[in-house]
Amino acid sequence: MEFFIQQIVAGLTNGAIYACVALGLVMIYVSTDHINFAQGEMAMFATFLAWAMIDAGVPYWVAFGLTIMVAFFGGLFIQRVILKPLENAPVLALVVCFIALLSIFNAIAGMIWSFTIKQFPSPFPSRDLFGNGLVSAQQLGVVAVTLVMLGLLTVFFRYTTLGLAMRAAAQNASSARLMGVRVSWMLALGWGLASGIGAIAGMLVAPIVFLDPNMMAGILVYGFAGALVGGIANPLGAVAGGFIVGVLENIVGSYVIGNELKLSFALVMVIGVLLLKPAGLFGRVIVRRV
Amino acid sequence: MARSWATKPHIGLWAIGFWVVLAALPLIGFVSDSPSFDYYLFMGQSMLIYAIAVLGLNLLIGFNGQISLGHSAFFAVGAYAAAILMVHASVPYWLAIPLAGIVCFGAGFLFGFPALKLEGHYLALATFTLAIAVPQLLKHKSIAGWTGGVGGVLLDKPDPPSFLPLSVDQFLYYVCLIVAMALFWIVFNLLRGRSGRAMMAIRDHAMAAGTMGIDTALYKTMTFGVSAAITGMAGALSAITVAYVAPDSFTLQLSISFLVGLVVGGIASLPGCLIGGAFIVLVQNSSQSISDWMKDAFSLRYDVPAWAIYGTLLLLLMFFLPNGLAGGIAAIRGLLSRVTQKT
Amino acid sequence: MTALLQVKGLSAWYGQSRALFDLDLSIEQGGVTALLGANGAGKTTSLRAICNMIRRTGTTTMDGTDISRRTTEDIVRLGVAHVPEGRGTFVALTVEENLRLAFHIRRDRKAAERDMEKVFAYFPRLNERIHQQAGTLSGGEQQMLAVARALMLAPRLMLLDEPSFGLAPLIVQEIFRILRRINEDEKVSMLIVEQNAALALELADHVYLLETGKVVMSGPSDMVKNDETLRKAYLGY
Repeated sequence: MEFFIQQIVAGLTNGAIYACVALGLVMIYVSTDHINFAQGEMAMFATFLAWAMIDAGVPYWVAFGLTIMVAFFGGLFIQRVILKPLENAPVLALVVCFIALLSIFNAIAGMIWSFTIKQFPSPFPSRDLFGNGLVSAQQLGVVAVTLVMLGLLTVFFRYTTLGLAMRAAAQNASSARLMGVRVSWMLALGWGLASGIGAIAGMLVAPIVFLDPNMMAGILVYGFAGALVGGIANPLGAVAGGFIVGVLENIVGSYVIGNELKLSFALVMVIGVLLLKPAGLFGRVIVRRV
Repeated sequence: MARSWATKPHIGLWAIGFWVVLAALPLIGFVSDSPSFDYYLFMGQSMLIYAIAVLGLNLLIGFNGQISLGHSAFFAVGAYAAAILMVHASVPYWLAIPLAGIVCFGAGFLFGFPALKLEGHYLALATFTLAIAVPQLLKHKSIAGWTGGVGGVLLDKPDPPSFLPLSVDQFLYYVCLIVAMALFWIVFNLLRGRSGRAMMAIRDHAMAAGTMGIDTALYKTMTFGVSAAITGMAGALSAITVAYVAPDSFTLQLSISFLVGLVVGGIASLPGCLIGGAFIVLVQNSSQSISDWMKDAFSLRYDVPAWAIYGTLLLLLMFFLPNGLAGGIAAIRGLLSRVTQKT
Repeated sequence: MTALLQVKGLSAWYGQSRALFDLDLSIEQGGVTALLGANGAGKTTSLRAICNMIRRTGTTTMDGTDISRRTTEDIVRLGVAHVPEGRGTFVALTVEENLRLAFHIRRDRKAAERDMEKVFAYFPRLNERIHQQAGTLSGGEQQMLAVARALMLAPRLMLLDEPSFGLAPLIVQEIFRILRRINEDEKVSMLIVEQNAALALELADHVYLLETGKVVMSGPSDMVKNDETLRKAYLGY
């Protein structure tokens, strides 16, 4: 029984990471209608920047904040400079671009920091919270940060005018322009936010899995699964999806198929959701009258 | 899009001449004493193999408008199918290749069903996940009896038939060349006929194609199957020429290589597949020298990894040469013909 | 009366093909101008060109300000609301969200809230469907929503691209009645593109007639309505 609870808790912790990644993906999808394959590598790169700062003596929370800002502006920059010119290009060209970014970030991180794994500090103490070996402060901290981010983003998108403008710009750029929305900047903002969220996800996961350039590849896939399960257009859904995927992955991995097939499990989930309920558990199906 | 060739009633002289030249290249081995000639032959084999793999991908992406980031999975299935058939069932290599193709057709066709409901980014996502999941799947212990688990499977290179005075590498080159010629010929005819027009109609406007009576679902799944079969046969060839298959050879990076080859050569261009295949091998082999050159030219502290080069190249291509090198060549030819017409 | 919108020498292109040839238009403050012509005459193109949505040359002046080089969104912020062909509904947003989007550019929140109420007074049907996903609205309702969205921008000039398109005659009558009220009560000038000439002539004060990208006739709408030969020659009735 204890083992089961530990698996659930571990699943929720992993799930929090997946939820963060999923949030970043949803952010980009909601504001640009694209799926960013480079999300994981960008998050990893930001985490390395944080590591470099901390290694050079910068205090943790300062590095944390600086990294988020750098990631924000980096994301903005990528959208304005690289993606904007390809606004009207076919989907394939954009997918190729994302793949290109993925490769570049991965390679450059490996180039600068090598592929040996590094330690990344955690802001949360790793002690046991309730004294029974079930939940650590670390795990709780990760979950808490994720939920706070989720809250902020949901409020932002649902209740602020800027959030509405971003959603409108992503769904129908030309109509949005006719409402006076500066579409290009909305897209850039979306990317900036997504990069910032990704950086947070990276910095949360690095203490657990250790920092190396290939850290995010597997996690990205779970992030996708989480975003899809919950509903890729929906921040709340993405986070719920991330948690669901995290717990399921752990339970299925421990009791059913063994840990070596976890990625295949993610594949099955991704395809399953795309086939059965592409809008996700919490998404709405958008009716389009032809 | 370089589509004009598809409406020509016959293969141009350029194409025939090109294949003849390719066929003649290994014969240099009889007059050359160069010790690295075998290595060049191996490079030639690899280029043909990648060209075939890119051909498969091009059929799906360039001519049918679907997306796949997961063709490394089909390449792997083809390679493993051939290896298992040859090692465990003593199937001769020339039979293993088409059999691997059939297996991959089945895999691709099956994948094509769920793919029907997915478009653009979502399909890219599903195939992306496939590419990442496959290496792990291949290592699983339950099938390790066949696949050799993490260590993979070692094969013997087949011997050339005794009546041919060729070395093993020359012979394998011709095997690759013959398979390549056959597949390019098949695809060329497929694209010129009704099926090809249907495929391209689906690519250009799926809804309209449907209203014209084209069974979109059937064509899309069939295309996925054929595309997977072709790339799978490239995988089978790679198992034979490299004489080794292992899970970590078939990662997402391999899929990305195919994509790079496709984009560099030119989407929806048959000659582009050959250019792309050659390009992939050249970059793989010269990444160290490119890196050294860049280190000197830009005074960098670190080795520039091949993937950074691939990635930057992809971006530059998307901006400046979205129709790839074949498109660039076609554009130059078009320009030249307009110039010569005026004078 | 100074012209609200002055267009001089407007030419426009779709890729390499030229669609407009040196148009001159003058929209007066407070009036309704109709832009008529057959299919392909360049009516929609003119509206798009005015809003800089396609490649164009020539000068466009809005109340004295040169808007020829401005982006579409800036032109909107200067007081031009364009109700596009096909309505341009944000199908995934609710009716309310479609309207609230205008708050993004409105400085005065209170005035904007008052405008929301005004808009619901003009279009009570939208109030009934306020939380519904906009994509599920009927064609007529989406047209109303499009006009309402434009009204929320507190424009001085409203450009309407074929508001009657694909709608049942009763709905069209209703919408045009409301448009007249908006023009009179809100003092919003209008430029309406229509294939349904009779309808447009009822509403408009001034008419321009386009044929293959050129202005072939312009004058007060009464003149056109009453001149049978002109009507028959250009408008077919």
